[in-house]
Amino acid sequence: MLSGFELDLPDTLVGVLDLIADGRGTPAVPLAGGTSLIVDMRARRTMPNAVVWLGKIPELRGIQVTQDHVRLGPCTTVSDILNSDELAGSGVSLVRAAEAFGGQMVRNAATVAGNIACNSPASDLVPPLMALDAEVILESRSGSRTVALDRYFTGYKEDVRRTDELITGISWKRQEESSVDLFHKLARRKGDAITVVGVAVNMAVSDGTCMRARIALGAVAPTVLRAKRAESMLEGETLTPGLIEAAARQATEEASPIDDVRASATYRRHGIQVLTARLLTQAWGRLT
Amino acid sequence: MTSETDMTHKTLALEVNGRVVETRVPAHRTLLDALRDLGYVEVKRGCEKGDCGACAVLVDGVALDSCLTLAWTVEGCSVTTVTGLGNRTEMHPLQEAFVEHGAIQCGYCTPGLIIAAHSMLSENPSPSEADIRNGLSGNLCRCTGYTKVFDAVAKAAGAMREAGETS
Repeated sequence: MLSGFELDLPDTLVGVLDLIADGRGTPAVPLAGGTSLIVDMRARRTMPNAVVWLGKIPELRGIQVTQDHVRLGPCTTVSDILNSDELAGSGVSLVRAAEAFGGQMVRNAATVAGNIACNSPASDLVPPLMALDAEVILESRSGSRTVALDRYFTGYKEDVRRTDELITGISWKRQEESSVDLFHKLARRKGDAITVVGVAVNMAVSDGTCMRARIALGAVAPTVLRAKRAESMLEGETLTPGLIEAAARQATEEASPIDDVRASATYRRHGIQVLTARLLTQAWGRLT
Repeated sequence: MTSETDMTHKTLALEVNGRVVETRVPAHRTLLDALRDLGYVEVKRGCEKGDCGACAVLVDGVALDSCLTLAWTVEGCSVTTVTGLGNRTEMHPLQEAFVEHGAIQCGYCTPGLIIAAHSMLSENPSPSEADIRNGLSGNLCRCTGYTKVFDAVAKAAGAMREAGETS
């Protein structure tokens, strides 16, 4: 049983921003798919006095692909991503993550902004987005700002978003043809399971040289993170099996996994090593 | 207690299985509780965390966990429970296939499974076995081992394609 709260269902973004700023004296918490917030509210981990539902504003949902950029509305659902033909050509790692995300009903409700805002280190959409150099657009009554997703999280369940700010978009540059983005989720079973290790890789190659390497890791640290030292070992280089193994080992050093009910820290480190090397090898193989 | 509206209580006109019903509910009432209070007890209460799928209903044709959906947010939408798809005398192809294939044992997960299958088939009328498994991965069944459920959904998908309708 949920405890009581006030609920607003505004049909404009301005209406939402007013309510999360101070509302009627009680700042309201934004609610989209409810697959995280309602669960937390029922478990009494959070008990907001006021909630504002975002589902009455159609322009917050949708996928826009322009010549240079891809932009997701905050309320774009995981199923929207999974069923998008456009993303299949400019962010396929995100489509793979959507496929491995929860069960069908959760995918139909859960939103991309919610998956960022809930700050889960085991988020499935964040690693591919981070590897794509995605940016988060935050808006409030006092203006808007753009934050790189890899600077969005500041600690376990902590981020840069102020409570009067709403995520109003997620965008990234369209990838050049000579690039590949990949994602692999390791979990106890294929469907509807919490991630044990998530790895996203994004690579661009030109004339036999790795021009861009991105490695984002999920469920192995207090936040999703990039293995930046491992990335820098690869950029400017011609990749070899030895270099890929070394970079994957470096990625395990940059993570700080814990033992929990799903896996041990040792197993998670092993998972990072194997999956990072596998995805780097696949990416390099496709581009050379 | 009349029909006045404030931010914590209001009278909703919910469209359930093609019929509009009025109910006065607080803001924090889930669709699951609202439906069961109205007598739609075919919508089952399971984990209440989005893991088991027992409470799934169609909202405008899309399967959602009603335990994670606030009743106020579906006003103006069309809600369908498993009994809205078909009944004993006029069964939906999915319901027929579940019976034929023995995909029902205790039956508690069945309403949610049929709703999830329906939603998946409306998006993808010709699913592979992997598509069926992924479409139903949010529904837990502790009796059947799922094999007969997957067979039933594949059979129903074929029957629905032949009948030229996916609804």
